[in-house]
Amino acid sequence: MINFRSIKAIYIFEMSRTFRTLIQSLISPILSTVLYFIVFGTAIGNNINFTNEIPYGAFIVPGLVILTISMQSVNNASFGIFFPKFLGTTYEILSAPISYVEIVIGYVGASATKSFCLGLLILITSTFFVDLNIKFPILMLCMLLLSCVSFSLLGFIIGIVSDNFEQINFVPMIIITPLVFLGGSFYTIDVLPDFWQTITLFNPIFYLVSGFRYSFFGTGEVNILISIFSISLFILLCIIIIWRIFKTGYKIKT
Amino acid sequence: MQTIIEIKNLKKIYKDNKVALDDVNLNIFKGEIIALLGPNGAGKTTLISNICGISSITSGDIKVNGFDVIDNYREARKCIGIVPQELSFEPFEKVINTVNFSRQLFGKKPDEEYIENLLKKLSLWDKKDQIIRSLSGGMKRRVLIAKALSHEPDVLFLDEPTAGVDVELRRDMWNTIKNLQNSGVTIILTTHYIEEAELMANRIAVINNGKILLIDKKDNLIDRMSKKTLIIHTNSKINKIDKALEKFQLRVSKDKKNLEYDYSPNKKKTGITTLLNEIKKTGIELIDVQTKQSNLEQIFVEILKND
Ligand SMILES: Nc1ncnc2c1ncn2[C@@H]1O[C@H](COP(=O)(O)OP(=O)(O)O)[C@@H](O)[C@H]1O
Ligand SMILES: [Mg+2]
Repeated sequence: MINFRSIKAIYIFEMSRTFRTLIQSLISPILSTVLYFIVFGTAIGNNINFTNEIPYGAFIVPGLVILTISMQSVNNASFGIFFPKFLGTTYEILSAPISYVEIVIGYVGASATKSFCLGLLILITSTFFVDLNIKFPILMLCMLLLSCVSFSLLGFIIGIVSDNFEQINFVPMIIITPLVFLGGSFYTIDVLPDFWQTITLFNPIFYLVSGFRYSFFGTGEVNILISIFSISLFILLCIIIIWRIFKTGYKIKT
Repeated sequence: MQTIIEIKNLKKIYKDNKVALDDVNLNIFKGEIIALLGPNGAGKTTLISNICGISSITSGDIKVNGFDVIDNYREARKCIGIVPQELSFEPFEKVINTVNFSRQLFGKKPDEEYIENLLKKLSLWDKKDQIIRSLSGGMKRRVLIAKALSHEPDVLFLDEPTAGVDVELRRDMWNTIKNLQNSGVTIILTTHYIEEAELMANRIAVINNGKILLIDKKDNLIDRMSKKTLIIHTNSKINKIDKALEKFQLRVSKDKKNLEYDYSPNKKKTGITTLLNEIKKTGIELIDVQTKQSNLEQIFVEILKND
């Protein structure tokens, strides 16, 4: 039996924490998206053409969305669980009659919801700059949701494992941002030298961007099924790690 | 008396191989205030954390209201509220919101009337819309108590509720705790203040180095406390106590010069007159007599020393 009331308590608490700082949490990602559009989409983009049909401004939209929601999901989820650790209020969560699964659903659910909304906002913002005809809207929403969930799960792990604020910022800055930039968010990989093309194939975010782009334009660099498979694999991996963490009490229980 | 918490052979070894609880057995009865009395590092917080699910149990069994805290954690934890040793809270949350959150977290339907009464009982009602950070230390502790009681638990754990608190606030807290007991909550209180245990508790468990050294009703402990010892200094070496004096259960001091006799001053007959008469008959010469009173503090120190 699932204890919905407890999940709701955590979920609402987390959501209301965001609403207290709503403006800050929206302004900065949206502003940076606008900057990307002005710089890449308009200023430089007019001189770039990877694919004959798709204008460059539209081409980078999926990548931009992934860039923002990956950062935001990881941030939301990692801070969401790290703050209670920092404040010492985890005692209450641990002593409550709730299962680990319910704790994860509450925190990860709230984090994913936030970045999902943000992703939609960025899409809306982008329509001010480019014409977007989304070919598979339902698939697009599913891919967006899956991405939000997977990065939120990752953020949850980072929040639990981290001992301080520096560590929390480390992984998104040092690992995720480069992976997104090098994952074909702003270019197709066939413009890269062979060596770097091969390297890119080991970048999980490449598959994510490719799949997400497929839902927009009906073309991607890899088969959409491979994209869906790899993102599911990533989610599964995160779940296994979280399960192990709770099972052993690592960094949660003394 | 009905047992509400049953602890059997509880052992806790931390990751660094530190043995924090060593074969603890303890039954807590419904409606009582039990004080876990012990110095810093004795294992009080660890014991509470083990019961509440905050720290993992190395071995042993704990049941709350008959529910195992591991196999049946949901049922067991519903019966428990905990106020931690450290004042930990969301600084910018309003009092009323944080208390409502706790209630929901424990799976209870919202109940405005209950929460209102609870906050009134803890003198927090007029502060319900303030953010926790803006409250004084004593009030913050009350907010944590309100959170712990928000889901109507049967048992309340208070981990050092008055540590580092001035005398006035301490008295305040004691009144609050007594009132809670009167409303039917079983209270487990940890403290390293003997006077606090003495004042508040129905039973006292003395804990040190992860072991419960002694557990008894407070009144029994006070009985022991009120025992006096008559020390009789003689000018001869006493190698063997005279047959006639055997019934007094005298002790001989280490230097063999003094006789020691335990008695209760509250009793009508202390036996002192008879003892002195009998001693006189044996021909032992007295130099001086002296009485010594042991109190809970001495008992405590004595127990810890022997441990
Ligand atoms: N997380 C921990 N890791 C390792 N040792 C710990 C931990 N918490 C407490 N201890 C040790 O366990 C013993 C009991 O601690 P604790 O239960 O906090 O005592 P008390 O609450 O009675 O002061 C102490 O020696 C303490 O150093
Ligand atoms: Mg302690």
